[in-house]
Amino acid sequence: MNQGNIHFCGVGGQGILLASELTAHALLAAGFDAKKSEVHGMAQRGGSVEAHLRFGTTKVYSPLIEPGAVDIMLAFEMMEAVRYLPLLNAKSTVIVNTQKIAPPAVATGKMTYPDECLNELTSRAITVIPVDAFAIARKVGNLKAVNVALVGVLSRYLPMDEATWVEVIKKRLPAKILEVNLQAFQEGRKAGK
Amino acid sequence: MTQKNTDAEKLWFSGNEALALGAFEASVQVASGYPGTPSTEILENLSTYKSVYSEWAPNEKVALEVAIGASFAGVRALSTMKHVGLNVAADPLFTASYTGVRGGLVIVVADDPSMYSSQNEQDSRNYAYAAKLPMLEPADPSEAKDFLKLAYRLSEQFDTPVLLRSCTRVAHVKGVVTRGEIEKPTLTPGLEKNPAKLVMLPAHARGRRIAIGERQRNLAEFGETLAENRLEMGDRKKGFIAAGTSYLYAKEAFPEASFLKIGMVNPLPEKLIRDFASQVDTLYIIEDLDPFIEMRVKAMGIACHGKDLIPAIGELSASVVRKAITGEAGTAAFAPVDLPPRPPNMCAGCPHRGLFYNLNRLKVFVSGDIGCYTLGALPPLSAMDTCVCMGASIGIAHGMAKALGAEGLGKAVAVIGDSTFIHSGINSLINTVYNKSYSTVIILDNRITGMTGQQPNPASGSTIMGEPANAIDFPELCRAIGVKHVRTVNPHDIEATYAVLQEEIERDEPSVVITRFPCVLTPAEKKRPKISFTSITEKCTGCTMCLRLGCPAINWVPLSPEEAKGMGKKEKQKGYALINETTCIGCGQCLSLCKFEAISCGEGK
Repeated sequence: MNQGNIHFCGVGGQGILLASELTAHALLAAGFDAKKSEVHGMAQRGGSVEAHLRFGTTKVYSPLIEPGAVDIMLAFEMMEAVRYLPLLNAKSTVIVNTQKIAPPAVATGKMTYPDECLNELTSRAITVIPVDAFAIARKVGNLKAVNVALVGVLSRYLPMDEATWVEVIKKRLPAKILEVNLQAFQEGRKAGK
Repeated sequence: MTQKNTDAEKLWFSGNEALALGAFEASVQVASGYPGTPSTEILENLSTYKSVYSEWAPNEKVALEVAIGASFAGVRALSTMKHVGLNVAADPLFTASYTGVRGGLVIVVADDPSMYSSQNEQDSRNYAYAAKLPMLEPADPSEAKDFLKLAYRLSEQFDTPVLLRSCTRVAHVKGVVTRGEIEKPTLTPGLEKNPAKLVMLPAHARGRRIAIGERQRNLAEFGETLAENRLEMGDRKKGFIAAGTSYLYAKEAFPEASFLKIGMVNPLPEKLIRDFASQVDTLYIIEDLDPFIEMRVKAMGIACHGKDLIPAIGELSASVVRKAITGEAGTAAFAPVDLPPRPPNMCAGCPHRGLFYNLNRLKVFVSGDIGCYTLGALPPLSAMDTCVCMGASIGIAHGMAKALGAEGLGKAVAVIGDSTFIHSGINSLINTVYNKSYSTVIILDNRITGMTGQQPNPASGSTIMGEPANAIDFPELCRAIGVKHVRTVNPHDIEATYAVLQEEIERDEPSVVITRFPCVLTPAEKKRPKISFTSITEKCTGCTMCLRLGCPAINWVPLSPEEAKGMGKKEKQKGYALINETTCIGCGQCLSLCKFEAISCGEGK
């Protein structure tokens, strides 16, 4: 894997930006160039959140992933994985947390959450890796560890070795929550392949 | 004079973090700005460098004037703002072009193509031309830092303020940045009288206008050999002229082609452009928003493609550029699937929600303003009817009152946040009183600048550096302006707020209602112990009153007739409301709306 496009998506507050940061640092530690794009401000208030992370062995120019060019998507919420379908292609791999978070129109009973929405991906031959990251977080004893559990799954699909990831997590997370997140990462790796 | 920085580690920085580091390495002494996405984090980061004085100003005009003053006193100064902020600062900008500088003076302006967090999509390069100032445009975080340091050198060399144009995809993109040399200041700070240069009386200004002409010619000549205006010759069938992120997108789309990458977008290097154009078969100008470079290249008499192919609306990307030029879309992409939207929403427990619920109930026309509370325009609150620019709500409500006369009494209100009121609402309130209006102004005082990420403002009681500061007393200020009726309410108290609003809106005199409760995201509020509320499901009749708040902590659970029956409810009950106890912070707004006692005050958490 000389270059790649990783897309992170979910709902504001799920720890998406931290997951993308850990991944970026692991890529840099392995010697890749990388660029990451985020959106802040109005777009961040409880809405749909995404980050584009591009890496390569040569210089990365554009910070944005083109339509249809995602290699790996790390989706923190099922419907959000489907929302960014135009960024995917039939060879994309989508790691998706099987959690449902109701958007306002669903929460107020105006619309319903789409049933079996992941069929929208599998029916297009996209590889879908469903993960119950919430269950992993519960198992390790910290519900906020969902993001690092998902990073654990993602680590199986990227060219860095386990030690690089563990080193980055140790360097980037506060001591207080490090142990539980390292467990979440390991559980995520087990769930990955 | 430079000093070697020993720490050569590679940094993973956003454009805004890189600009802060660049300001530090350029030995900037004074920095002043106003928060605005995507520029906010420049000063937030710079304030962590203790050798630099940083401040949040009440608005961008004040911020630029502070930076001008610091420059006049002989130190390097920085002012940061978003694109619309430069409109506010335009007055000092145009004349600072005449006075020139002593210490280097740079204005960083961040554009927002595609309007991710803005009310319009303007191209700040036009200001560089109009104010006759040089402008640099970096493409990524690493260039942002280097270009800022270059901007200070240019500023002092050519005696001019320098504009640096950032944008969302520089400010909020992360990339690899390396530390550089710290440039030692060359000037000794102090005051030097020089009225012919610093006092812009007409007689002095006429002389300075001539000096600007010479400066422009010198800068244009300088740009011809500036390393940041760079030729990259490849396949000569296609030649691209581009600056900033547009260069990255074009390079990504056509890596084999020839490029003239422009680092200084104003003034443009004419000889270099002519030379490049003569070496390529077809010339393309790739730029987002306005045809700024294209118009100037065409004025040189050079044939080129530009906005005939490249969209003038929204941000570009590699695929947009490729498709515009070849007609091919690149990788075949899937069409989007129709899904329930997930728009941004006010937080659970946001004090603004109670106010907008009441404004919806009062059926008044709401003259709105810029902030988190602009989300009050979205359903189910649907209680904002205008939003133009920072501070506009009060003047617009007054204008409506004057247009409608007695007919309009009780029909319109203005809403404005605490920071926006200080930014540019105070003048309008003075006008409302002076010109004998009847409009009611509601100041949404949540103690902080919310939308951009909880920056302290002159009413918060602290500075960007974390020091305690005076906090404006809004009721006293409004009374001093001449408002006789000033009321302060807790917006979580729905009924009390409703009563006060009803009374003040009907009043045939100017009045101010201050809805005061801290933003839930302030550090103090985050720390405050919360008691979440719980639903008593058996009592919920599914009346949906609480859902009208649009609170993200209240979810509708649909029921089939069988399920409803099974729960001991009427078959026709279509569902019930359920409070998410992990999200609820117990603001109490829903409690007062429930007539069936189906919500209870839960346990502490």
